[in-house]
Amino acid sequence: MLAWRYLWARPLAAGLNLALSGLGVAVMTFLLLVSSQIERALARDLAGIDLVVGAKGSPMQLMLAGVFHLDAPTGNIPAATLGQLRSHAMVATAMPMALGDSIGGFRIVGAEGDYLDWYGARIAEGRRWRAPMEVVLGHSAAQDLALSVGATVVGTHGLGAEGQAHAAAPYAVVGRLQRCGCVLDRLVLTAVESVWAVHDHPESKGKAADDANAEPHELTLVLVRYKTPLAAAMLPRWVQAQAGLQAASPALETARLFRLLGVGLDVLRGFAVLLLAVSTLSVFVALVHAVRERESDLAMMRMLGAPPSRLAALIALEALWLAILGLVAGLLLGHALTEVLGRLLARQRSLALSGFEWTGDELWCIVVPIALALLAAAMPAWRVKRLEVARLMQAPH
Amino acid sequence: MLSLRGLSHGYPGAARLTFPDFEAGNADTVLLRGPSGSGKSTLLALAAGLLDVQQGSLRVAGAELAGMAPAARDAWRAATLGVVPQRLHLSASLTVRDNLALAYVSTGLPVDSLRLDELLIALGIADVAARKPQALSVGQLQRVALARALARRPAALLVDEPTSNLDDRAATRTIELLLDAARRASTVLLIATHDRRVLDALRGASELDLHAVGETP
Repeated sequence: MLAWRYLWARPLAAGLNLALSGLGVAVMTFLLLVSSQIERALARDLAGIDLVVGAKGSPMQLMLAGVFHLDAPTGNIPAATLGQLRSHAMVATAMPMALGDSIGGFRIVGAEGDYLDWYGARIAEGRRWRAPMEVVLGHSAAQDLALSVGATVVGTHGLGAEGQAHAAAPYAVVGRLQRCGCVLDRLVLTAVESVWAVHDHPESKGKAADDANAEPHELTLVLVRYKTPLAAAMLPRWVQAQAGLQAASPALETARLFRLLGVGLDVLRGFAVLLLAVSTLSVFVALVHAVRERESDLAMMRMLGAPPSRLAALIALEALWLAILGLVAGLLLGHALTEVLGRLLARQRSLALSGFEWTGDELWCIVVPIALALLAAAMPAWRVKRLEVARLMQAPH
Repeated sequence: MLSLRGLSHGYPGAARLTFPDFEAGNADTVLLRGPSGSGKSTLLALAAGLLDVQQGSLRVAGAELAGMAPAARDAWRAATLGVVPQRLHLSASLTVRDNLALAYVSTGLPVDSLRLDELLIALGIADVAARKPQALSVGQLQRVALARALARRPAALLVDEPTSNLDDRAATRTIELLLDAARRASTVLLIATHDRRVLDALRGASELDLHAVGETP
């Protein structure tokens, strides 16, 4: 309690030190939370997808559009590509995908029913789609669009909310998914045929439904799972050799994405380390000053029988109070910032981040400030042990 | 209460202080008298166990301090002595009550609140217990320092120049306060002073005259 009172005897210095260490911990916590959640989300969304085959363009764009549904697709590919891939000896599974429309900002993804199984998705209400023009809503999409089973809904052209509405070809909502914490949460899922039916015959619902049974003309991309590890070396080359086709490896592109993001993260991480270093220095200076200012008090405590080790512990405890308050404030702030970012991203139908999650790496945000505080207290505590009590007690007013 | 035998103490680069032999076995009050630089404060620091006894023997309140380890001296001082230094050394960061509580907190003992209440009332400072020292008068500050020294019921009270910088009236009050507090607490007094007013007021007390100490080569 004495250390606590001494700490707040100089509220300005205590407040500044607290702010510095709190900010350092907050930035560090924020970075750890965001990077770990992004890494986990990306790993989950990869769902064992080894290759994305689509139209020529940027492989990163193809991967972002096909796996994470964060970018526009590069174009379309012939529907026959699916057959070629399925008959390839190195392909275990190939999932066709048709993209292009959205509902209220949530992307409509035309795929086969197995796509849900790739993510272990479970139906919360209703059933899977069985026919064209039936849709199943991801958890977030269902919540935000406030649609339930039995409702009808109209898609808009493009991935933004401002596209032209396909009013003549409404979808029937037949199911709603449980939350999976994966990319499916923010998708509207349907058969590939639905997407092409809407685009081939946008003027009338009836015609769209009739034509939905026809062979789709083109696909946007195909997701591939390898049958053999050898495919990683062979299959992309085979795809690249086909006219108009491009292969993107999600593992490679994700690693590249992290390298690109890593530069920004490293800058922020450096900033957090700098803040922690400055706060350590500041705590050190504050404690040196405190010992100098309080020589008289400390000498009196020695006179009252306090052993030098008790006074050193008092100084260390004051530093520990600062560290503990700073790390508690920093952890709370870091989690609050992550939650705010998560809510902003949710509005943009982007990655799901939560401030209510913890990561094991945050242990460092606790251990490091405490270790730094004890380091900062070491020299002032050593000075306390060497106090010349007799001289100080004789000192004039 | 106080016994000196062949006691001397030296500081680096300064003449060695050699104290006269002295014995005051059962005295209630002992005066260390002498001018500035005569070694009063050094003898008080030795008696408080703050300095090592370099040569000779020094017994205070029944304990031989020569050869006693620093940690043992700390424990002995906490349990046996109350000290009122010339500069009162009250913490400006703490309230009056918390300053008194330091007598317990310094050695890790639980604070005896009843004892603190008793002292605050006895010394007339109960109404300022929640204030900080900077809001108190000189007389109140002295009472707080005295209360802190008496908190753990010491066997002996060491007081350094209690009346310096005080006018006659305040000096008389301080002497009366010390004697009264020591009598009530059944504590013997060891007072270092060169103030004629203290010496006059405590005629009959045992005196250790240190006039010649500073002149010893």
